[in-house]
Amino acid sequence: MPDGALPVLDVRDLKTVFQTRGGEVHAVNDVSFSLKPGELLGVVGESGSGKSVTMMSLLGLLPSPPAEVRNGTVMFDGKNLLDVSQETLRSVRGGKIGFVFQDPMTSLNPVYQVGFQIMEPLRKHMGMTKAEAAKRAQELLELVGIPDAKQRLLDYPHQFSGGMRQRVMIAIALACDPQVLIADEPTTALDVTIQAQILELMKDLRDKLGMAVIWITHDLGVIAGIADRVMVMYGGQVVEHAPVHELFKNPQHPYTRALLKTIPKIHEARATRLTIIEGQPPMIAGAPTSCAFRERCDVAFDRCAVENPPRYDLGDGHDAACFYDARTGGPRDA
Amino acid sequence: MLDDTKKPLVSVRDLKMHFPIHAGLLRRRVGEVKAVDGVSFDVMEGETLGLVGESGCGKSTCGRAVLRLYDITAGSIKIGDREIGSTPQTQLRDMRPTMQMVFQDPQASLNPRMTVEDIIKEPFDEHTKLSDAEKRAKVGELMDAVGLNRKFAKRYPQAFSGGQRQRIGIARALALNPKFIVCDEPIAALDVSIQAQVVNLLEDLQEQFGLTYLFISHDLSMVRHIATRVAVMYLGKIVELAPREGLYAEPLHPYTKALLSAVPEPDPSLARATERIILQGDVPSPSNPPEGCNFCTRCPSVMDICKRVEPEYREVQPGRFTACHLYNDTNDTVGQTAGHEANKSVNKEKTQ
Repeated sequence: MPDGALPVLDVRDLKTVFQTRGGEVHAVNDVSFSLKPGELLGVVGESGSGKSVTMMSLLGLLPSPPAEVRNGTVMFDGKNLLDVSQETLRSVRGGKIGFVFQDPMTSLNPVYQVGFQIMEPLRKHMGMTKAEAAKRAQELLELVGIPDAKQRLLDYPHQFSGGMRQRVMIAIALACDPQVLIADEPTTALDVTIQAQILELMKDLRDKLGMAVIWITHDLGVIAGIADRVMVMYGGQVVEHAPVHELFKNPQHPYTRALLKTIPKIHEARATRLTIIEGQPPMIAGAPTSCAFRERCDVAFDRCAVENPPRYDLGDGHDAACFYDARTGGPRDA
Repeated sequence: MLDDTKKPLVSVRDLKMHFPIHAGLLRRRVGEVKAVDGVSFDVMEGETLGLVGESGCGKSTCGRAVLRLYDITAGSIKIGDREIGSTPQTQLRDMRPTMQMVFQDPQASLNPRMTVEDIIKEPFDEHTKLSDAEKRAKVGELMDAVGLNRKFAKRYPQAFSGGQRQRIGIARALALNPKFIVCDEPIAALDVSIQAQVVNLLEDLQEQFGLTYLFISHDLSMVRHIATRVAVMYLGKIVELAPREGLYAEPLHPYTKALLSAVPEPDPSLARATERIILQGDVPSPSNPPEGCNFCTRCPSVMDICKRVEPEYREVQPGRFTACHLYNDTNDTVGQTAGHEANKSVNKEKTQ
């Protein structure tokens, strides 16, 4: 950590494996990252890149079997979350670590009033009385910008629009003053104008409440606007990790570079043809013995086929898992 | 753009598609969802008309209605020289080969029990009298055209990835040499790295076969890439239609402005520097649209007239259409003050 601030969450060598009929699927491979207080870490990747599974592993949310967290440490609040009891884990989830999921419709219970659902963590985790919880729930709805909060506590989820439901989800996640908020594609199901509202809200809340946020998305545009640091995932691994400006200005991994080139930019001159990444995302079966991006990579060479590249430290908090050194234009030594 | 050499292949006038709402014990008709409420546009031969808007604005319904997948409520649809707005479905059958559709979800739009060959062959079974060998040869050609390996003809859709499935859907749409294809969010379900592959394919095919597209999407960056002209829909109506460059460089309608400014910019310095117009609130229900202009409940430049009178959809500059009171010739000064109002409300939003 360059600033010396102690990380609020520190994940080392996390490895999650799914047992399937077709054999083991290594969905998360030695993922390491840390999160400083008040920081917003963006996690980008395509479907199947392991970004959601990583977060669910560290919260113990994956059903086992088929999932098995095989290795790693997740240090939070002086404890390794992979070692603690289910009970402790339950008190952390929704308490000190809040989360917001992609689909606000399916993550709210349709048969309970939203007020009840916001009060639930307050009463469970904070031991509040009903009256205290109700007061706090109203404050929370006001905090996330829902007008007429007191009245709306009595409404059911279907009486809210998609954007409003996502605000309710955020309110629930914030209920117990979390130190870390994990947001898994929180705006993907929303329209752009509503997405803009939620992004503004999140930036505001982060500044106001000082919590650290992990923001999972496949949209590089969203990341560019909101993140401090970015972690790019591919095939269950972290392929590049850098401060946001550095990543967009100076991408080092061929996948990141290709990804940045394929998306058309709305404010730039229109290219006659989109750059494409040939091929398909990889199937992750078995432990990686080669670079997952090798087959789609334009600079791959022999070594990439026989060895899985480690994350090379490039200085200034930037690292990339690639044997090719984009700065020298040749293979990295050792 | 609207030079004389290009003539419209598709002409839609005042198209309305209302869905009835039934309620109560007797399922009485209590209202209607005005999914598409009076839209007019032309699609020129060989061009791609982008149709953008947020979910629920009626863009998909509009695309389906143009192909008469619905019995429309009112309006006229002309494809080539034929009016198909009121043609009965049975007579539409022989028109179908010229107009095809590519659907959003390649998973749901392909029959899981049919092989790829059967799926692509089906249009020939329905509409031609070719022999089996001829059909199979055609399927092979189509698979080549969309970049699928002929060897996979006997496989089932689930053996393919999302991008490949979308290629199967495109091959099926191409089978009968259509002139006009409605692409309904063809890339929305695909990963970023695959989207570009499919868009490039669509562009190649357009050039190769002289296709005309109606490209429906919510992805404004991608529409800017593929479309010749762009129509923006809001709550069942087209609020603005303009050539691509004009629309993106200088949007006229306040909704288009807000929509464009909400698109996340994949450049951190730019993304943090741009002043966003954050719209308040949500889209009203299409079963109960507001009086006057549909956008008046969220518009940063709203004026009194907007809440009373529905703005007329008209050509305000050559080739540029919009439906907004700000661009009525009679009240130019109003436009200016409204501009101030807009700035004021943006500032207000920031201080809140």
